[in-house]
Amino acid sequence: MTQENFTVPTMADMMATGQSPEVLFWVGCSGSFDDRAKKITKAFVKILNSAKVPFAVLGTEESCTGDPAKRAGNEFLFQMQAMTNIEVLNAYDVKKIVTACPHCFNTIKNEYPELGGNYEVVHHTQFLKSLLDDGRLSIEGGQFKGKKITFHDPCYLGRANNIYEAPRDLMEKLDAELVEMKRSKLNGLCCGAGGAQMFKEPENGNKDVNVERTEDALETQPDIIAAGCPFCNTMLTDGVKAKNREHDIKVMDVAELIANAKDL
Amino acid sequence: MNYIDNILFVILLALGFGYFAINVKKLVRNIKLGHDVDRKDNPSERWKNMAMIALGQSKMVRRPVAGVLHIIVYVGFVIINIELLEIIVDGIFGTHRLFSFMGGFYSFLIGFFEILAFGVIVAIVAFYTRRNIIKLKRFIHSDLKGWPKSDANYILYFEISLMVLFLTMNAADHYLQGVGAHHYIKAGAFPISSFISPIFSGMSEGTVIFIERAAWWLHIIGILAFMNYLYFSKHLHILLAFPNTYFANLKPKGKFENLESVTNEVKMMMDPNADPFAAAPPMAEGEVPAKFGASDVQDLNWVQLLNAYTCTECGRCTDSCPANITGKKLSPRKIMMSTRDRLEEVGKNIDKNKGTFVDDGKSLLNDYITPEELWACTTCNGCVEACPVNIDPLSIIMDMRRYLVMEQSAAPVELNGMMTNIENNGAPWQYSQMDRLNWKDEA
Repeated sequence: MTQENFTVPTMADMMATGQSPEVLFWVGCSGSFDDRAKKITKAFVKILNSAKVPFAVLGTEESCTGDPAKRAGNEFLFQMQAMTNIEVLNAYDVKKIVTACPHCFNTIKNEYPELGGNYEVVHHTQFLKSLLDDGRLSIEGGQFKGKKITFHDPCYLGRANNIYEAPRDLMEKLDAELVEMKRSKLNGLCCGAGGAQMFKEPENGNKDVNVERTEDALETQPDIIAAGCPFCNTMLTDGVKAKNREHDIKVMDVAELIANAKDL
Repeated sequence: MNYIDNILFVILLALGFGYFAINVKKLVRNIKLGHDVDRKDNPSERWKNMAMIALGQSKMVRRPVAGVLHIIVYVGFVIINIELLEIIVDGIFGTHRLFSFMGGFYSFLIGFFEILAFGVIVAIVAFYTRRNIIKLKRFIHSDLKGWPKSDANYILYFEISLMVLFLTMNAADHYLQGVGAHHYIKAGAFPISSFISPIFSGMSEGTVIFIERAAWWLHIIGILAFMNYLYFSKHLHILLAFPNTYFANLKPKGKFENLESVTNEVKMMMDPNADPFAAAPPMAEGEVPAKFGASDVQDLNWVQLLNAYTCTECGRCTDSCPANITGKKLSPRKIMMSTRDRLEEVGKNIDKNKGTFVDDGKSLLNDYITPEELWACTTCNGCVEACPVNIDPLSIIMDMRRYLVMEQSAAPVELNGMMTNIENNGAPWQYSQMDRLNWKDEA
């Protein structure tokens, strides 16, 4: 897709022209700044563009949801971030939010309402599933036919919010062979990044959590490890590198799989 | 007529239940040391959880071997205790097998109890084997060094003794019924103990009566002793699993409570009309300023304290904790055990000091739970999901992190960096907020 038809309107643009989007895409800090996660952001935007979904982003008006601060124990900083974001979201009269980050998803969905932020919040895999169900999106297997894919459940999507099926339903359309790890869904093992661990060195132990989890994934002998969270993606990518398997195993977000399948 | 037996029995019963009541009162008092949290909403959902999880054991069977064995012991104990009713009535009135008037149904019941008792013995042997011979990882974990390990085995000895006594009593009874001993009316069916009764042949009727009576008395004494042992052991879950599942959190596991005290302050900070020079509102006499987070058991809520008493140290939480699996110090089971140990210590302090807690220079934080444990948590909710009775170790970890960060500014250095970045530029890394949309124009 050429740069011309890669469009990312902001809420400010929309408002200036008197439009309101169907959904706000909350990009998140990873999706905005992390080189790996930016690819996921772009893949998701390409799908939105191709499905002609009227969406917008906050752009420079977006700020951290406060998730890592809250989980590190800094409730003050979390609530400052939350209330600032809620002011912006409410000023734009946002009704529905989609995000590719389960941490942003969980925080806005569960922790913002009590602070005055009430929105319909969906994870990008849920949103893509609804596009698929409504016939606005088609997914063809093509290049993934016969490939082995294993999905790593992000804690803040799975156990935290009981969403297990949307990402799997999407991947089923890829004609790939979906294989489950021995610890999956309710029993899925964390990648090691949650609870602000992403931003610190781990405590002393005998192994890194991401390596332990990557070993779970490798046991299924996958071609692709699929994730639905930018942090999990980083952790598992590092894990695959630690196991010297980066030459034959890719770690990809569900949105990237779909965008690739559609040659976007 | 000789009433000594009846009187002895009533005294025994009164002692047993009386001491138990004293300890239950203490238990309730200790749990109420926690601050309030509203868990009365949505009663229908709560009853349903209790029925499914505590009564129905739905989370136990996620590990099928332990689950099935546990159900046998659980069903065995609950149902065999129906027999206890008859034992108590017989004991008080000096009757024998008073309920035998039910005839065929009575035989069915006794027979059924016997089969259950046999099942319980088999399950307990399996439990003992798993713990002491196969040595499953979670049972030989360092959390359980010392008393917890002995406690677990004492419970198994207790249970197997009770079942053996029950069957011995029935076997002797069955034999005595057979030889037509006075007082031993023909009642009940003995599908298991009839295999034991032949060992009595050749003994005098008096000896067998003595064995039957001894087993009968030891059985009821054992039950009363076991009931009173509960408070001192990890075994309180047989009672507390019910309230614990009822009062457990119903909200999505990812939703962490927003501290209201913080909300008020943040609102004031963000209010453009707030007077920056206004004095804080005067505090009522003796009022202590609210503490952020928890450093001791009194800072936790009563559900968290109920959780601590409910924990039976099965270790499924620790077994699914990513930090523990990878050798870190954190063990969610130990978080619960430490909370209970400290709560017991605070309770004893209150008993000693006539109803008020006198500062003992200790706290849950540091003396029982170290920051190293707290900072190893990934908040993945694995422990919460794994708990067969919906205990929430994560909420305690979070409350203690809050204390470390908001009261003591004692976060790990890297986390301070992350928080400074969020404060300054709205992202956990050092990127300007103005660059948030740059990705759009990058190839």
